[in-house]
Amino acid sequence: MVNPVRSLGAYSLRQVISAGRLGVFFFCTIRGIIRPPGKFWPTVKQIQFIGTKSFAVIGFTAAFTGMVLALQGYHTLTRFGSEGWLGSAVGLSLIRELGPVLSALMVTGRAGSAMAAEIGIMRIEEQIDALECMAIDPYSYLITPRFIASVICLPLLTSFCDALGILGGYVIGVKLLGVNEGSFWDGLISSIDWSDLYMGLVKSVCFSLLIVWVCTYKGFYAGVDEGSFGPEQVGRATTEAVVISSIAVLIGDYVITSILL
Amino acid sequence: MGPEHKRLEFSVGLFLIVGLFCLGYLSFRLGHFSFGKNRYDVIALFPTVSGLKTKAEVTMAGVPIGEVDKVMLKDGRAEVIMSINKNVKLEEDSIASIKTMGIIGEKYVSITPGASDNYLQDGGIIRDTQPPIDIESLISRFVFGSMENKKPSE
Amino acid sequence: MESTRARVPIAAPRESALSHDRPGTLQRMTAENITENIIEIRGLNSFYNSRQVIFDISFAIPKHQITVIMGVSGSGKTTVFRHLIGLKRTAAGQITVDGQDLGSFSETMLMQYRRKIGVLFQSGALFNSLSLSGNIAIPLRVHTNLAFETIRIMALMKLNLVGLAEFCDYMPSQISGGMKKRAGLARALIMDPEVLFVDEPSSGLDPITAAGLDRLILKLREVYEMTIVVVTHELESAFKIADRIVVMDNGRVMAAGRPKEILASKDPRVMQFLAREADPLKVHVDAYYDRLLGEARRSI
Repeated sequence: MVNPVRSLGAYSLRQVISAGRLGVFFFCTIRGIIRPPGKFWPTVKQIQFIGTKSFAVIGFTAAFTGMVLALQGYHTLTRFGSEGWLGSAVGLSLIRELGPVLSALMVTGRAGSAMAAEIGIMRIEEQIDALECMAIDPYSYLITPRFIASVICLPLLTSFCDALGILGGYVIGVKLLGVNEGSFWDGLISSIDWSDLYMGLVKSVCFSLLIVWVCTYKGFYAGVDEGSFGPEQVGRATTEAVVISSIAVLIGDYVITSILL
Repeated sequence: MGPEHKRLEFSVGLFLIVGLFCLGYLSFRLGHFSFGKNRYDVIALFPTVSGLKTKAEVTMAGVPIGEVDKVMLKDGRAEVIMSINKNVKLEEDSIASIKTMGIIGEKYVSITPGASDNYLQDGGIIRDTQPPIDIESLISRFVFGSMENKKPSE
Repeated sequence: MESTRARVPIAAPRESALSHDRPGTLQRMTAENITENIIEIRGLNSFYNSRQVIFDISFAIPKHQITVIMGVSGSGKTTVFRHLIGLKRTAAGQITVDGQDLGSFSETMLMQYRRKIGVLFQSGALFNSLSLSGNIAIPLRVHTNLAFETIRIMALMKLNLVGLAEFCDYMPSQISGGMKKRAGLARALIMDPEVLFVDEPSSGLDPITAAGLDRLILKLREVYEMTIVVVTHELESAFKIADRIVVMDNGRVMAAGRPKEILASKDPRVMQFLAREADPLKVHVDAYYDRLLGEARRSI
């Protein structure tokens, strides 16, 4: 006895409600910046977790991406006899696109999933309820430090990713394939200007907000809709967090590029 | 505070320093980001710029001395605003010409120094300009031949 | 049958010694005669999504006494508990705290109310990333400007109260379930609350540990004159600690009153409830474990 109109209505209603909840969640987190408790040490801990511990994985990703870009670019550019443009090809694609996107995806996979799981466990083990009952704003205590930390971390990780990627491209292009060193750096320096870097930074800040928003939200509401609080809800929340924030990063990348270009 | 805290501080500090270093390097080295203005603008009017883009190089004797800031239309002619490094002085009778790197390469502005004792100020105008050579007409002339059999001036 | 049930409290440890059967001491007199209610529930209805889980219940929680809300799983006792600590807002009906309507509290007022209560959740709800003393110090860190060392000493005092002082630097993952609950209790007590709410103190614990926790709860009432609300499905522990018992079933209050009134109830459903749950008490530990095991299976 499923009335399609009615179930469609219920579905839309649920979607509107969850959109509203997402908005309220964001608002409460931002409001948390000015609310007690103090956020210095929790934020430092989160910077360590999101930033320092992502160094290695982002370093590897960036270096190999830069290397493969140089390899591919070289073979394409030699056909036109313009391998002097290799530096700018590697640099531009890293700084405008790959740096922000790759760092964001890596942070999602490494830190975002962990955030969703950690907060999800806090939800099912009633730790979030306990915080509320201790008259502590759970947004301010749990979510805001993660927001601040990831907004600080992701632009820095992106810069690190860009720099290491360019280095990887340099090693392959100049040292291995024999592109002229001067033209590599000249092409790089002359073709990239502040607006490219600015675009990369805007992207990484937006991505950091998207990731931390989706991941903490998913963890925070793990099992709330189902009304049952168990490990499988945490698992589902974590998977959804990673999938949704990865997609959001890719869509966001297109949107920001089309706005800023 | 125990050693645990020291380790936290150290690793976070390391992260921040490396990250900021990379950001700084990219901004200053690649982004041409600088505090304060160390360039000045000069204006040149061309009958046509045929594909000169902003950010294109401005060179003198093949050495980059600035870049094209803006290309716009003014009274049916193309007005090109260039920003030139402060340490390069341009004489009033300098000649600006638009050239091409290689056959299909990018357009750039080449400035040939003049002989005047007066130098261009910020916002000064280069009177003497040469439009780019029209490569397409050049090629078609070469391919289809020309009745006058006249060589191009460049 | 009647005698079997009556034996329950008498078999309990020393402190509980069924004070309501011997109204001798002055303290007892006060509690017996002046029953000032700190919290009153009137006509509370509650919904989960669109399903009604609480049907028009009313009862009161008297000051300085231990009120036990008792019922099997799914009887709605946990929902009532969440209403009482303000985690679920009242939709229909009223909960008054010191005469003020909890449902009409602004967020600030709710925060103030929560500073005056302590809550022990089922699993203790300790934060895994902090040591025991760190966990217990959270409310002090957030709500006071006390020095780091002072906070640590206060946390140690509360840990000492629950007998965990030597474990202060352990992480929650390194200690047993019973210790976690006791640590959670210490955290609930750190702000010296007026009302203590305890959710399922003995669930998942062996009988000895559970009895220890019951003793702790009784001590808190005796020494600190705290008002305590306990939600449990354990008959044994309920009758051991309760001054008042509210028996819930299917979202309704089945019976409410002093333990001996509940025991003397002639309501067939109450009698059935008590008999069903009290049966295994005739035998000892092995049967108790079997029952726990059975319950665990049923809940899966």
